[in-house]
Amino acid sequence: MKLLLIDDSATMRRIQKTQLSNLGIGEVIEAGNGEEGLTVLADNMPVDLIMLDWNMPVMDGITFLKKVRENPSYKDVKIVMCTSESEKSRVLEALKAGANNYIVKPFTPEALKEKLGI
Amino acid sequence: MNVSYVNPFITSTLETFKTMLDVEVKPGVPHAKTEPLPTHDVSGIIGLSGGAQGSIAISFPKRLALQLVSKMLGMEVKVMGSDVTDGIGEIANIIAGNAKQHLNGLDLSISLPNVVVGKDHVLATQKSIPTLVVPFASDMGEFTMEVSLKTE
Repeated sequence: MKLLLIDDSATMRRIQKTQLSNLGIGEVIEAGNGEEGLTVLADNMPVDLIMLDWNMPVMDGITFLKKVRENPSYKDVKIVMCTSESEKSRVLEALKAGANNYIVKPFTPEALKEKLGI
Repeated sequence: MNVSYVNPFITSTLETFKTMLDVEVKPGVPHAKTEPLPTHDVSGIIGLSGGAQGSIAISFPKRLALQLVSKMLGMEVKVMGSDVTDGIGEIANIIAGNAKQHLNGLDLSISLPNVVVGKDHVLATQKSIPTLVVPFASDMGEFTMEVSLKTE
């Protein structure tokens, strides 16, 4: 499984990479914002799963999500929002835009495993 | 400021420290901040906008900031560098983001985090925006949160 991790916090990416490694996902590629994420995604297809932060500079997560869902080439890529944005309205907005699942930071490794469906 | 607006930030701080860092923290009694006074050495600041305007700032002594980020990363961090500023900013971001779900009526948006480093730096807010200071204690040390919020 190849996973793209998009988060502007290098610290969070390191924490999540460790958690993903413990879950048996070894191939993790990274991006620091949505714009960079689009480039990394295009350069690394096929990607199976994207973990996506919401609040990021340059391009935020919801904009990235909408752009990816507009592109039929990425229709099989699962996207899990992984963010501190916790209101129900935000969850619904992300799911409506095409997110497959949603997890609120901070989370336990067990919760991450469940939300990623692995 | 309606003091009930502070409670979600306190609850979110307790939950964030427990889940993310496995650290139990206890809140002290909040008090109004009447003048800018020196705080700790590292502050993570999140701007709040929408149905209310203001910010939250969470401030740590240097030693505690280094300990917390070391715990987050699972490796010892000894230097006040980008690991610390990034980690403290993310803690502030998570606390603010989680508190929002309990402030639904305000429809708040949060900014990206800013982090200030400097011994005894002073956090000043606009005089028209009231600020409550919440002290926290833990086995690892003490820290403070300042909630500045002006509702319409």
